[in-house]
Amino acid sequence: MPTSEIRTPLPGTFYRKPAPDQPAYKEPGDQVAKGDVIGLVEVMKSFHEIRSDVDGVVKAFLAENEDPISPGQVLVEVET
Amino acid sequence: MPINKLLIANRGEIAVRIIRAARDLGIRTVQVYSSADAQSLAVELADEAVEIGPPQAAKSYLKVDAILEAARQSGADAIHPGYGFLAENAEFADAVEAAGVAFVGPSGDTIRAMGDKATARRAAKNAGVPTVPGSDGLLEDLSEARAIAEAIGFPVMIKATAGGGGRGIRVAETAVEFEQLASQAAAEAKAAFGDGGLYLEKVIERARHIEVQILGDGQRFVHCFERECSLQRRRQKVWEEAPAAVLAPDTREQLCASAVALAKSVDYRGAGTIEYLYDDVTGAFYFIEMNTRIQVEHPVTEQITGIDLVAEMIRIAAGEPLSLRQSDISISGHAIEVRINAEDPANGFMPFPGVVADLRVPGGPGVRFDHMLYSGYQIPPFYDSLLGKLIVSGETREHAIARLKRAASELQTDGLKTTTPLFLALAEDEELLRGQVHTRWLEPWLETNAEKLSKPLTLAEGDAAS
Repeated sequence: MPTSEIRTPLPGTFYRKPAPDQPAYKEPGDQVAKGDVIGLVEVMKSFHEIRSDVDGVVKAFLAENEDPISPGQVLVEVET
Repeated sequence: MPINKLLIANRGEIAVRIIRAARDLGIRTVQVYSSADAQSLAVELADEAVEIGPPQAAKSYLKVDAILEAARQSGADAIHPGYGFLAENAEFADAVEAAGVAFVGPSGDTIRAMGDKATARRAAKNAGVPTVPGSDGLLEDLSEARAIAEAIGFPVMIKATAGGGGRGIRVAETAVEFEQLASQAAAEAKAAFGDGGLYLEKVIERARHIEVQILGDGQRFVHCFERECSLQRRRQKVWEEAPAAVLAPDTREQLCASAVALAKSVDYRGAGTIEYLYDDVTGAFYFIEMNTRIQVEHPVTEQITGIDLVAEMIRIAAGEPLSLRQSDISISGHAIEVRINAEDPANGFMPFPGVVADLRVPGGPGVRFDHMLYSGYQIPPFYDSLLGKLIVSGETREHAIARLKRAASELQTDGLKTTTPLFLALAEDEELLRGQVHTRWLEPWLETNAEKLSKPLTLAEGDAAS
């Protein structure tokens, strides 16, 4: 199956969950639809949602919760 | 005991400011830093630097053990916490003192008492400082809360005692709404802050934010007059002035005397700020809270009084008695500070952590620029967006605003988007020039004046932003 990459346009800190005490937006193996939120990026104390631009199944997260990330870095691979 | 080596448990422009004050006093400096700040101006300027962890603040600048270990290793005999991070963390202040190191600030107990909003409000009341009409301490139960809300009149604010910085606040417009919000607020405060304690305050619909700078050595207490910080966006100050032009001399005297009374009642040691709401129709002022640290906007006070507040804090922490008497302190002229943030005002204040391509710093009479920038510096995305503060002073408010226009137009931070265009636009606004502002003035102004903040995008800029 072809793999699609979701990248962050922003630098900052990556979060896989909407809040520390809540479950992750997506886990490997989950279905993902175009427009679904896959994580948050915190940049200078403001939070921005990262959404999938494809339909498919989450293959792997290449950035972990609370990882520092740079613009253009791949966050998630999605099998489409 | 004298301080020989000061550790700075902070970053950015305030770390640079503290290093400068220490060096003026002949004190050596140790800058702690996260791996994201290895290239920072503060690290470059300090005599020594110690890495304390990865970029995230929770793993570096908020890590008490790592900071104390850096102090031990470097032989620092004092720690300055700056603002934010651990500056108002009572356990940190206690831990620093327990390690035999001087904390540049008040005792953990004072921080604890003033950090708890309900306790602080009671302390203010006891010192004879007017407080916003509301509950006397924490609410016991819902029926008591309802009775108080009806007595002070709607709308009322329901505030979490452990909240702060605009968090944990709800506004109830009616008695019915109050019933719903009060129980929700208690549960939320418990979850968010681990403390479900609530208190009530009347909503002052149109108010100015005025705050008084105080200094104390635990024995003697002085004020350094007031600042007005009514221009706020999302409860964050963006433009601050000293003195508050709106105050009549007798009101100024009462306001500042009330701040000194509160500082005295808690045996305050260090620099502190007492914040008030001021109703410019009735002339009444009400205590909101006390900040037990140096504030971002302290330079406007320094410009009108000639006092180095950061140096004073360090001297007090070294056990020296206050060097100033109240009669030594007077106001000369008018000062304005604007916050240069890495945010794009033309694009909803979107953060812009870019690289400084070329930096041109304003200068000349009446201009001061406290900042963390140099050409080629990559702004890290992990911390707040404050890059620096442009401070101007003049003989009068009008004179200071003229200088603000000059200095802001001299400032060039190529490669970044900053809030500078906002201040150039504000400096032309008639209402602002007349001083007719309040804490809810700026946000509607931003909506009405959006076109003044957006320059037409050239192709090159469009490419760079995408």
